[in-house]
Amino acid sequence: MTTGIFIVFIVVLVFLFLAALPRINSWWSKRNLARTQELAEPPAESPLPEGKRVAVPLEELIDEEPQASEGVFGQEVEDSVSKTSFGSRLAKAKSAMSGYVTSIRNSEVNESIWEQLEEALILADVGMAATSSVLDRLKKTAKDQKITKGPDLLEALKVQMKSDLDVDRTLELNSESVPVWLFVGVNGVGKTTTIGKLGQSLTLQGHSVVMAAGDTFRAAAAEQLETWADRCGAHFVRGQERADPSSVIFDAVISAEKRNADVVLADTAGRLQNKVNLMEELAKVRRVADRNPGSVAEVLLVIDATTGQNGLTQAREFALAVDVTGVVLTKLDGSAKGGIVFAIEKEMGLPVKLVGLGEGIDDLVPFESEEFVETLFSS
Amino acid sequence: MFESLSDRFDGIFGRLKGKGRLSEGDVEDAMREIRLALLEADVNFTVVRDFVERVKNRCLGADIAQSLTPGQQVIKVVNEELKAILGGETLKITFAASPPTVVLMAGLQGSGKTTSSVKLARWFKSQGRNPLLVGADLQRPAAVEQLRTLSDRIDVPVYSDSTGPVAVVQRGLEEAKSLGRDVLIVDTAGRLAVDTELMDEIASISDAIEPDYTFLVIDAMTGQDAVNTAEIFHATLELDGIILTKLDGDARGGAALSVKEVVGRPIAFASTGENLEDFDQFHPERMAERILGMGDILTLIEKAEEVFEKEEAEVAAQRLLDGTFTLDDFVDQLRQVRKMGNLSGLMAMMPGIPKEVKNAEIDERDINRVEAIVLAMTPSERVEPALIDSSRRARIAKGSGTSTAQVSNLLNQFKEMRKMMKGMAGFGTKKATKNRKDKKSKKGKKGPGGGRVQAKRAVAAPKFDIEKLDLTLPGLNKNS
Ligand SMILES: Nc1nc2c(ncn2[C@@H]2O[C@H](COP(=O)(O)OP(=O)(O)OP(=O)(O)O)[C@@H](O)[C@H]2O)c(=O)[nH]1
Ligand SMILES: [Mg+2]
Repeated sequence: MTTGIFIVFIVVLVFLFLAALPRINSWWSKRNLARTQELAEPPAESPLPEGKRVAVPLEELIDEEPQASEGVFGQEVEDSVSKTSFGSRLAKAKSAMSGYVTSIRNSEVNESIWEQLEEALILADVGMAATSSVLDRLKKTAKDQKITKGPDLLEALKVQMKSDLDVDRTLELNSESVPVWLFVGVNGVGKTTTIGKLGQSLTLQGHSVVMAAGDTFRAAAAEQLETWADRCGAHFVRGQERADPSSVIFDAVISAEKRNADVVLADTAGRLQNKVNLMEELAKVRRVADRNPGSVAEVLLVIDATTGQNGLTQAREFALAVDVTGVVLTKLDGSAKGGIVFAIEKEMGLPVKLVGLGEGIDDLVPFESEEFVETLFSS
Repeated sequence: MFESLSDRFDGIFGRLKGKGRLSEGDVEDAMREIRLALLEADVNFTVVRDFVERVKNRCLGADIAQSLTPGQQVIKVVNEELKAILGGETLKITFAASPPTVVLMAGLQGSGKTTSSVKLARWFKSQGRNPLLVGADLQRPAAVEQLRTLSDRIDVPVYSDSTGPVAVVQRGLEEAKSLGRDVLIVDTAGRLAVDTELMDEIASISDAIEPDYTFLVIDAMTGQDAVNTAEIFHATLELDGIILTKLDGDARGGAALSVKEVVGRPIAFASTGENLEDFDQFHPERMAERILGMGDILTLIEKAEEVFEKEEAEVAAQRLLDGTFTLDDFVDQLRQVRKMGNLSGLMAMMPGIPKEVKNAEIDERDINRVEAIVLAMTPSERVEPALIDSSRRARIAKGSGTSTAQVSNLLNQFKEMRKMMKGMAGFGTKKATKNRKDKKSKKGKKGPGGGRVQAKRAVAAPKFDIEKLDLTLPGLNKNS
């Protein structure tokens, strides 16, 4: 045991020694700098002149092209998948909430109804802070409008939440340079799968897509993405194992320019937001992808619907590192409600743009706030 | 990951401690804060409600009201109840009388089953077993390939084919028997608890191989739904335990507590990093202490004893205390420490280390650089760094591909460390403690500012820690 204690001293020392090396200082100062900068200047909306960008709602992504009316998911896909999926596929998963909703519908507005609403929102992972602010406002509305019946209160809540979620969810394509959509997020949330599904939708629309295997870390990550590229006929660019992810993505940009492709979908390795080096690496990936001829048009943070309150930290840290432009909410086909994206949207103004509803190639739909709120409270 | 929860409790307790008498209102306030802390940590709503109820009832009970230090009593109650939730025995793995011992891995998509399967294989290997992995995830593209690549790294064979998940595991079982492998670990595709088709499939897999252990793999970042998922998996498969992954993140991990509470099965293993060695058995009582801010020195010592050459380490430790520790010793020890796994992970187990230090990510490249610098020195320089003047410094920088500033930084750092260790030689004596305190208060006067001041702050940190360490060690000897 004494040996053990000595060893522990040594471990501590070695650690502190290394921690005290410039690393920690430069990290702190950089981080503080980034934080102050962020406070000082409002986040740059777009690094490019406005005129150069084409902002298109997802459904009308290719408005300017012949198949104009088809939208990203295609008219048929749109009808058969996005509408039915979001509603009906979520339907099997609402069990946890339905008990509350029924009981709320059957009661008057009283102390217990507020408790039940709170409980319902928390169970949906909306989180304490967002839940309190939602309910505080609802209380005011209820008082002003003299709401006394459960169903009316529920309706008022839905209206309020829907209006909270009323934001612009268009995905950006840049017409003059090669637009890069970067997919970031923690491990296992569904980045690679989302790229596969999105590649399918975009190619179905006649877009030419290049996929970049920017995850050079995880075993067989490139093979996984390659399978998806093959499935949807996208051009696939990969590098050596353990290659610098930025250079792989830059190669993909060059290759996209040569083939005159419409968009580069860039995968990145999953990383936990508290890993400082990995976050720095990601920031570099973004910078390099933004170099001529590439231009980063979207940075999509992928969030798994089962994620709890850590989702907010994820959003904050990834936004700090790579200036996230939107969120993809995956695995909403499960029993988790994904309420954390409500908090993310409210607190950080990051719009949810896409929703993953399964492992199939067609299981990706545009986010619809109406549907989202409805299914949150459907009974 | 559990740290922030214990931070929150510290705050709540701090406010209670100051009070001479507790009114019902005080208790209510504390309970509200505890509820909030637990909910923000993703502890399941129902679990929180029951917890708060129990604590409140006990707190309003007679013995607390009459106690002279009611604040302390409340803290005691909370600690006891938390330990009851977190605690329990470490799952003891026993081996099947007729091998192989079969382990089935189940879980949602993306929870970390494949990596955990390989890590578990590595763990069994370290227990002197010969595992075989079965790749039964035929769903996700390249899942089997991922399994093969990872298991190559630990020299464990993989069985897989594309006939279908149930057939694959059956053949895998036969393969294990014919190869004489005594542990079989089955990696399965991720599935949602609400997907009845896939849940039926995994039930058939389970029926086909009758696992000795069925583990549910759960991501530490999971929210309220964890309980729901775990209940369904438990109803389908009869779980034996839980494997908790991504504990190296900053999630507060409340879901894990809830699952344990609701399903009544222990957290068997925990995964704390992307490297295959960042994985170990989960010791609930140690984790409870960690949450309550007491660190987890036992695990750290265990890890250390696995890796370090005992005699060598003792000699080095002695030299450290004598102040005759050389850069050679340092690099030797550094290499040993690296074998123990992720440095930040090790640090999380230390009690009383400030969060800033714990969260500092250490770059592999920095460690390599330290090694390179030392290796570029002559043997005499390594023993007596004071010899190094500016021309030698330039030579070393050139030889190691670093800058002279980096070299001097390292040398300064080393000097500090030696000095500090000398001070520690008589640790526990009043004089040494006083000395440290003086330095600490001086440090406190310097506000935040440029890089240099911050460097000093970071250097000053060890003094604080070691002081803490002194206090913890005696209790530790009693435990072991
Ligand atoms: N049910 C369901 N599963 C999904 C969805 N999106 C992804 N998945 C599954 O989640 C798992 C992880 O997905 P990946 O695409 O590999 O996730 P990733 O973020 O690329 O993971 P890493 O690269 O390992 O960090 C796979 O099994 C996917 O099939 C979804 O919307 N619903
Ligand atoms: Mg991936």
